[in-house]
Amino acid sequence: MRSSEAGFRIGTGLFGAVLVLIVVGIGFELWRQSMLSIAKFGLNFWATSTWDPVAGQFGALPFIWGTLYSSLLALLIATPIALGIAVFISELCPAALQQPLVFLTELLAAIPSIVYGLWGIFVLVPAVRALETWTPPSLKQVPLFSGPPFGIGMLAAALILAVMVIPFISSVAREVLRTVPSAQREAAYALGATRFEAIRAALFYARTGIVGAVMLGFGRALGETMAVTMVIGNSPRVSLSLFAPQYTMASVIANEFTEAADPLYVNALVEIGLVLFVITLAINVLSRLLIWGMANANRRPIAPATDEAKAAA
Amino acid sequence: MNRVARRKFLSQLFVAFCALSVLLALVPLAFILFYLVSRGIQALNVSFFTQMPRPVGESGGGMANAIVGTLILVGIGAIAGVPVGIMSGVYMSEYAGSRFAALIRFAADTLNGVPSIVVGMFAYAVAVLPFKQFSALAGGLALAIMMIPIMARTTEELLLLVPSTMREGALALGATRARAVFTVVLPAALPGVITGVMLALARIAGETAPLLFTSFNNQFFSTKLTQPISSLTVQLYTYAISPYEDWHRQAWAGALTLVTLVLLCSVLARLATRRLERMHVR
Repeated sequence: MRSSEAGFRIGTGLFGAVLVLIVVGIGFELWRQSMLSIAKFGLNFWATSTWDPVAGQFGALPFIWGTLYSSLLALLIATPIALGIAVFISELCPAALQQPLVFLTELLAAIPSIVYGLWGIFVLVPAVRALETWTPPSLKQVPLFSGPPFGIGMLAAALILAVMVIPFISSVAREVLRTVPSAQREAAYALGATRFEAIRAALFYARTGIVGAVMLGFGRALGETMAVTMVIGNSPRVSLSLFAPQYTMASVIANEFTEAADPLYVNALVEIGLVLFVITLAINVLSRLLIWGMANANRRPIAPATDEAKAAA
Repeated sequence: MNRVARRKFLSQLFVAFCALSVLLALVPLAFILFYLVSRGIQALNVSFFTQMPRPVGESGGGMANAIVGTLILVGIGAIAGVPVGIMSGVYMSEYAGSRFAALIRFAADTLNGVPSIVVGMFAYAVAVLPFKQFSALAGGLALAIMMIPIMARTTEELLLLVPSTMREGALALGATRARAVFTVVLPAALPGVITGVMLALARIAGETAPLLFTSFNNQFFSTKLTQPISSLTVQLYTYAISPYEDWHRQAWAGALTLVTLVLLCSVLARLATRRLERMHVR
């Protein structure tokens, strides 16, 4: 009896170990394949802007700039909308509307990145170009809106990223809101609070989880590849302008990795991948901790437990 | 305006904002689906499914090789990913309190957040570089890695849905833990596990980035696992960024096919979950 029990535990545990091994393996392989570039450029790799494969000069500043800038812009647009959706679905809308709305927002998450990209190229980019052409010259003086109207560029990338991360943020925020005890809201109403004031109290109560949800969206946006590659213009530069074509870490890998023949070139690209891996890892760990902490604080939720709470319990 | 009126107004403004944000999210969805269907239908015909890509300048042709390629890649991903995912899920639910289960859960959640392009790089390093050859197997490996964390977490959650009395009953009758899991608990959760598989398949079928430098692309019909293979997504990418009108039409048709495939998987998955919930939730 005992030995079969141990055998079962070890057998299934080995499969679980594969999962752990993959995560460790990704970090190790990326580090191993980028040693050349790490040794040659050191931290300068992230501080310089020259990307010249022919001369063997590699500086990744424009890529990390493009990734952070596009992701932050996307969050700026997506966060209020996603929270609005989460509040509407979980607190405001009639019960009959709840399921269909959840289904529709999940549909937004089910559409593959490449399809967003296709739509971006042929529908969104022309629309953005029209908007840029229409921008009055006085506004063009502002660095944020300077440059010729290409259509492709930072604005198109941020818009498409925003649409893509909205469903992620709103679904996690919805789950987080469900862990807020209803006594919290009832107390607010009993004190004569308006709807807005009661929901604000609930949102405040759930703030760590909400921050976690937004960070999870940030992690998604950082690593998003295809749709961004297709609309951002793929031109390495550090610019504040929303209209300027720029480049991201994921895009440069997608575009150049198969063409890179020189070992140093390959290593430089892998180093970008390594840093992307480390950043998304850190953000995911942090956001999970926030969400788990939130779920743990309400160990006996009145509403049904979330997946995260179940996992943490 | 007095204080109460102002508070009420603010509250109404807030409700309006929330409703508006739902609309704001649904507008792009409607736009995408509209363009997908209207442009896709125009280009979709029988030859799209049965013929090979034609060179630039020749109109017509199809994506037969890419459709078969996607099915093969997803198949390899499923064969490699499903067992690992399910078994890790079993471990996490059976030994839920243990440290190692927490570690696996942590690894699964982290892996789920790793950008797909990075997974592609990893698959390139372990399955392309040593053999100096892009291959369907390398692409399948990348997809399997994407699939494992999804499968593991859904299996874990679904096994926890099965009433513990069923497991305890089997154990009380003298069944070993393995027997209890494989003949009682897993079968009870089977519709749910199938849901998990379908959802994971839907997710990986639409992946492009991990395939770019693993399975690469192939203009010819190939089913060889050690050779580069075409896929709907990579083909779609090539066509979308090309300057040719005819290829753009093909890309829309490919996108419509892909989304139909993905949504079909998701809907089937949802139906299966409904059944499971009806079975177990009292």
